[in-house]
Amino acid sequence: MADNSLPLVSVRNLAVEFTQHGGGPVRALDSVSLDLRPGRVLGVVGESGCGKSVTARAMLRILDRNGSIKNGQILLDPGTPQQTDITALPGEGNRMREIRGGRIGLIFQEPMAALSMQYTVGNQLMEAIRVHNDPGKAVARQRVIKLLNDVGIPRPETRIDTYPFQLSGGLRQRVGIALALAADPDVLIADEPTTALDVTTQAQILALLRRLQVDKKIALMLITHDMGVIAQMADDVAVMYLGRVVEFAPVNEVFAAPRHPYTQALLRSVPNLRAPPHSRLATIGGAVPQPNARPKGCPFHPRCPDMMPGRCDTTAPAPVPPGQAGASCFKVEDAALVEGVAA
Amino acid sequence: MLMYIGRRLVLAVFTCLAISVLTFIIIRLPPGDFVDAYIANLASTGSSITAEQAESMRHEYGLDRPVVIQYALWLGRIVEGDFGVSMMWRRPVTEVIGDRLWLTMVVSFAALFLTWTLALPIGIYSAVRQYSFGDYFFTMLGFLGLAVPNFLLALILMYLGFRYLGLSVGGLFSADYAQAPWSLAKVWDLTKHLPLPACVLALAGTAHQIRIMRANLLDELRKPYVITARAKGIPERRVILKYPVRAALNPFASSIAYIFPYLVSGSIIVSLVLGLPTVGPLLLQALVAQDMFLAGTIVLLLGVMTVVGTLISDLLLMWIEPRLRITGR
Repeated sequence: MADNSLPLVSVRNLAVEFTQHGGGPVRALDSVSLDLRPGRVLGVVGESGCGKSVTARAMLRILDRNGSIKNGQILLDPGTPQQTDITALPGEGNRMREIRGGRIGLIFQEPMAALSMQYTVGNQLMEAIRVHNDPGKAVARQRVIKLLNDVGIPRPETRIDTYPFQLSGGLRQRVGIALALAADPDVLIADEPTTALDVTTQAQILALLRRLQVDKKIALMLITHDMGVIAQMADDVAVMYLGRVVEFAPVNEVFAAPRHPYTQALLRSVPNLRAPPHSRLATIGGAVPQPNARPKGCPFHPRCPDMMPGRCDTTAPAPVPPGQAGASCFKVEDAALVEGVAA
Repeated sequence: MLMYIGRRLVLAVFTCLAISVLTFIIIRLPPGDFVDAYIANLASTGSSITAEQAESMRHEYGLDRPVVIQYALWLGRIVEGDFGVSMMWRRPVTEVIGDRLWLTMVVSFAALFLTWTLALPIGIYSAVRQYSFGDYFFTMLGFLGLAVPNFLLALILMYLGFRYLGLSVGGLFSADYAQAPWSLAKVWDLTKHLPLPACVLALAGTAHQIRIMRANLLDELRKPYVITARAKGIPERRVILKYPVRAALNPFASSIAYIFPYLVSGSIIVSLVLGLPTVGPLLLQALVAQDMFLAGTIVLLLGVMTVVGTLISDLLLMWIEPRLRITGR
């Protein structure tokens, strides 16, 4: 925790549930706490369905209709006089809409599907500007051209009038980034921004994100399942499993000394160039349980190599305290206890 | 884009030609030819014509020439606007159909207009508020609309309209105006009579279109670009109307093609029940009486209307769908 500046967003004990049509509620997030700080990148990793995207959507209050925030707070500007709890705002109120795009921008995974094919790039970008602080059509257009230029789109003055389907995947994702930046937010959530792109484009987009984030002192939340992207981009890492943050630590600690057995397993399953030829890639046994069949106790215990019977399968370990490096795991708790006694 | 329009136009012309061949076959289907039928018709009223007269008639209509030539002559006359003579009415087919065609169009467009103005908002509501009370209500109403035979509804509405609202029901005109030449008063009279048949005809179509709109929009609502729009901070109403509804309109627009002829041919029974002076009942009479020139002409008209409807929906699609406009296939 090199940075002691106040976070721009503090998520505290966030719980989200979805009701299924004709079924009971399904808990998608369980006591999630995160801090987004200006000029820093928080990497959020985890397998599909672990709640990464739900966290992002909850922060903008754009969960699907059947999803609702059951507990916790999402504080914007915590510790300042302007502190606002996003969970307490009316979802369709003006204040919430100002925050969407105006304070928190969102970048999507699939640039193809995330842009409407019915309207030009300029139309969609100008809308994003004008909905917040309408400077008039002509000025908005000039700003869009500048924005497209900023995200590295060549010939922006002609590209502004093209449709998204006329652009390549890389350019489309640049448009997606421009869209998120249109109303000048200071918090940016990038939900798997490079997953749908080829490797070269991926590197370019990450470099662009990095540059923009540093230039504008943006607090970036980078959601990915790619440990490589985390290593390259993140300052801090939150590892999520089944709707919980199981480990939080600065990036070098996560790679050098992962605490949680799940993080350790994740890192083992990253392909390694120095591995002996023909050696098998380590995998994590089993699959992520269905959220509606959440295991009792620690959610990771059925797949955990260090599972302690009678303990891990009965009670859940405490969540990681916000803002501190740690893991939600009895093994880690025990080790800390031993250290504490020794000290 | 011009390529696209050009291709559609050429295809439309060829389809119309194919329809004309089918129509020609239908006209020639009954045993004997038009002159035989004409003679039989005369005989039934007690008069007759000589063999020479029959021959000259055959010659005049080209009935003594090969089939292909006959077809060409027939088509040539149609292009000139001569659709032949209705045997049943003993008047040129164009005269028999006359006003009925325009009245059919008026009734059809009124029904189409009603269908859309009802189906579009209800479909959007049902999709956006999926599984809500309103959604279930409209779904039930929609299935009722699909299941109830139109003519039954026509009878019920006629009864209710007459009994409780004192409306003059049946037909498109009051007795005073039915035979009168066109005037503003007659148009007003038509306007007063239009709602009932338009409602009856629109019902099934509306139910159908609500289902289509609901399904389309449900698909679109799940797509990421909707979330993008929301994440921009746009008000929800505008998010829905500008993005997913716009995309869901495409299949809606293509449905014009088949709604058009359906409103004409599918409304025969309703038109009979309501006593509408439209083309539908005429087609039925012509078929019963084996009045082949009349029946053929109406079939041809229906076919051409389908083609024109398809063309219109193609052009509409091109207008609302930039991908078609630009890649233009």
